[in-house]
Amino acid sequence: MVQPLPARLPETPSQTAGPYVHIGLIPHQAGFAIFETAFSNVIAGPDAVGERILVEGRVFDGANEPVRDVLIEVWQADAAGRYAHAADPRHESADPALSGWGRTGSDFETGLYCFETVKPGSVVGRHGRPMAPHLNLWIVARGINIGLQTRLYFADETAANAADPVLNLIEQASRRETLLARRETRDGRIVYVFDIHLQGDAETVFFDV
Amino acid sequence: MAEHREFRQRDRRVHPPAFTPEYKTSVLRAPRRALLSLQNSLSEVTGPTFGHAAIGPLDNDLLLNYAKDGQPIGERIIVTGRVCDADGRGVPHTLVEFWQANAGGRYRHRNDRYLAPIDPNFGGCGRTLTDADGGYAFRTIKPGPYPWRNNLNSWRPAHIHFSVFGSGFAQRLITQMYFEGDPLIWRDPMVLGIPDRAAAERLIAPLDLDAAIPLDMLAYRFDIVLRGRQSTVFENRLQGN
Repeated sequence: MVQPLPARLPETPSQTAGPYVHIGLIPHQAGFAIFETAFSNVIAGPDAVGERILVEGRVFDGANEPVRDVLIEVWQADAAGRYAHAADPRHESADPALSGWGRTGSDFETGLYCFETVKPGSVVGRHGRPMAPHLNLWIVARGINIGLQTRLYFADETAANAADPVLNLIEQASRRETLLARRETRDGRIVYVFDIHLQGDAETVFFDV
Repeated sequence: MAEHREFRQRDRRVHPPAFTPEYKTSVLRAPRRALLSLQNSLSEVTGPTFGHAAIGPLDNDLLLNYAKDGQPIGERIIVTGRVCDADGRGVPHTLVEFWQANAGGRYRHRNDRYLAPIDPNFGGCGRTLTDADGGYAFRTIKPGPYPWRNNLNSWRPAHIHFSVFGSGFAQRLITQMYFEGDPLIWRDPMVLGIPDRAAAERLIAPLDLDAAIPLDMLAYRFDIVLRGRQSTVFENRLQGN
């Protein structure tokens, strides 16, 4: 016999968010108003520091059809790479005009999702190694049994991306491109286009974080 | 600080895999490649926090938060529970959101076409922050089961959806609570998609008569366990040296 390890509680299993996730998390998209404070896809307030950007795209299923009932959340650092959370040693100086978090549903007709934010800065990674600017994404929907976690990197950050410790963990260099958002200018606004593929040749890299 | 330590890897044996063909919609929506395992960085151990300013006084009362000219039809219930991590530590002040069908099994959602009627006094969603020990409670009516298009005669057991944040974005979880004694539970492909029966049983809330309010409402208990944190006392060098 050996000493017993401390008892640990087993995790609560995940279950799909289902087709009506909008009721719980974004009721305005389900078709009604109920809460005084609604969560939204606007991550950066008007006073947030940094380059203002739109992030938009679609999520595609294994038949290459847009998933029109997906819910996406974003968690990000501010323009100087600081998270608004106590675990970040620099959180006290994080930009107060940036919540760092937003959520939205894809459009029921087009499948498009969109976030309004500012481009994050480089975040200090493990062992002090910088990570290229990125957004952390969490994706749930009917047919997704456990939330999918991935990252959006910015295609124009060529040097930073090449040195990013997470992108470099992806063995097949071609798959790294599934995490790169394409920069466009549309009516004077900066738009990063980021499509997510749940299956197929272009399947997005998802993480077990 | 202890509350900022890295998370232990999620125990995938207790979660349904992405591909569960008995739940047909998962077939085209399940990633087929292996997930890439990442050690935690600040991007995973941090996450959004919510203050009381974001939560209205009726947000956790589904009996009243959409009441127009009366209260919703159905069995009045209280749901109480505690959000903790795998080491039993309560997760304080974290956002818990919940949504459900009405007593007839119909959601107030533009995409729900089930013939059961909408209840004019029931929205079907609520939210609350856990207390300092991870506890939460809300009032609602017991949802009804409803048919869904999977097999021809598929019925969801009565359930309430839960969304929980935890203290870091890597703990994010959505799950469903079922009700003790419902004969539909073990016929449900979402429940049966969980590979471990004991894990699936932990989604079934027992009747909690001690928490009931006599002559008013019954109570069910639903505790939620999020992944725990590593216990090493040595520097993990999440950041710099």
